[in-house]
Amino acid sequence: MKIIVTDREGKVHELKGRDGWRVMEVIRDANLPMTAECGGACACATCHVYVDDAWLPKLPPQEKQEIEMLDFGVAVQENSRLSCQIIVSDEFDGLKVTLAPESL
Amino acid sequence: MSTNAAPAGGQHKTDVVIIGAGPIALFAVFELGLLDLKAHLVDILDRPGGQCAELYPEKPIYDIPGILEVSGQGLTDRLMDQIKPFGPMFHFSQMAEALEKTAEGWRVTTDAGTQIDARVVVIAAGGGSFTPKKPPIPGIEAYENASVFYSVRKMDRFRDKIVVIAGGGDSALDWTLNLQPIAKKLLLVHHRDGFRAAPDSVNKMRALVADGKMEFHIANIKSLVGAGDKLEGLMLNTKERGDYRIDAEMLLPFFGLTMKLGPVANFGIGLNENLIPVDTEKFETDVKSIFAIGDINTYPGKLKLILSGFHEGALMAQQAFRYCRPDEKLRFQYTTSSTSLQKKLGVI
Repeated sequence: MKIIVTDREGKVHELKGRDGWRVMEVIRDANLPMTAECGGACACATCHVYVDDAWLPKLPPQEKQEIEMLDFGVAVQENSRLSCQIIVSDEFDGLKVTLAPESL
Repeated sequence: MSTNAAPAGGQHKTDVVIIGAGPIALFAVFELGLLDLKAHLVDILDRPGGQCAELYPEKPIYDIPGILEVSGQGLTDRLMDQIKPFGPMFHFSQMAEALEKTAEGWRVTTDAGTQIDARVVVIAAGGGSFTPKKPPIPGIEAYENASVFYSVRKMDRFRDKIVVIAGGGDSALDWTLNLQPIAKKLLLVHHRDGFRAAPDSVNKMRALVADGKMEFHIANIKSLVGAGDKLEGLMLNTKERGDYRIDAEMLLPFFGLTMKLGPVANFGIGLNENLIPVDTEKFETDVKSIFAIGDINTYPGKLKLILSGFHEGALMAQQAFRYCRPDEKLRFQYTTSSTSLQKKLGVI
């Protein structure tokens, strides 16, 4: 199971997805730069990613908490998600995300 | 709140100055207090609790020993009750800006001009100071403090200006309502037609839009237009309209807070990737009598857990005592059996 992550320099990383992990945790475990300040509590919007357009409709819909927390994300787009709210499983094998820019 | 909060700008002398007022800083007050050491705490937030108060006040915590479940705010409240007998002094809404050596120890100076002299410094600053998030719009830094502001200190600065507020939280909505009457024109820009803000504020904003008294743009900010530090406009983007320009003289982005290490980086203490290496016996930094506890420190095996920070504070206090009371013998006692500790706690 793989998660494909493009970093802010455009470099593509193929990360091993682990069932039940948050995508945020997979990214941080690979030491890619992601603040993820609150540690997965959906309370900070610093694990912000852009989801590949083809994958966007396949993900479970955002819960109200995530939609509202994205109000505190910077550079939010239509394909923005908080990666702590996406749980890795077989059906997301090959999921492609890009690290969103962070606060300066 | 019955918290002892000092007005900004004073001069103080104490045993230990703690930078931060999160849960680890609060419990350190307890451990220091049992050893008769007095503490002053400095925090950028306007209340105690640190991340527990700012990031997840209502979220449950399940790994505090002996407590099945407690919220971030609940834990803060309980710690504040627990340290009440020791009368810590709080310096809120201030950032510890400078640290200097004195004849007797250290002097911490805050950005509000408060000076605190202490024998020992404890850095319990978590992930650093909470500071406003800055949207990564190319070139935005050139406009900061002239046309771009992350907080409103003087409303008058925005009088008769074309003001754009970006964001969808309470700060964005509150300042929209406060500045709309004095601005020449006010525009709110948010990426969606929904807000994480008090419904009453949202309704008032929508009424102003309906009356033609302000504009609301559901769009993203792509770039800034201007010369030097003078903003002239913003390029916005929507799926339907593509890129379009709006006039703007002032931009106020309100995207909440994030943690930055801040001036602690200039205190002359050894750092490792924005963390402070400490020993695991005293949790002392590479500078004698400066300690670091909680999320901001690092050592082999470190876990960023509240319970680890409590332990770190207890061991730190032992060594802090040796610095503050070099002529006294440290007596290790249990609160369960020591009448002197129980007197300090006010339980007998």
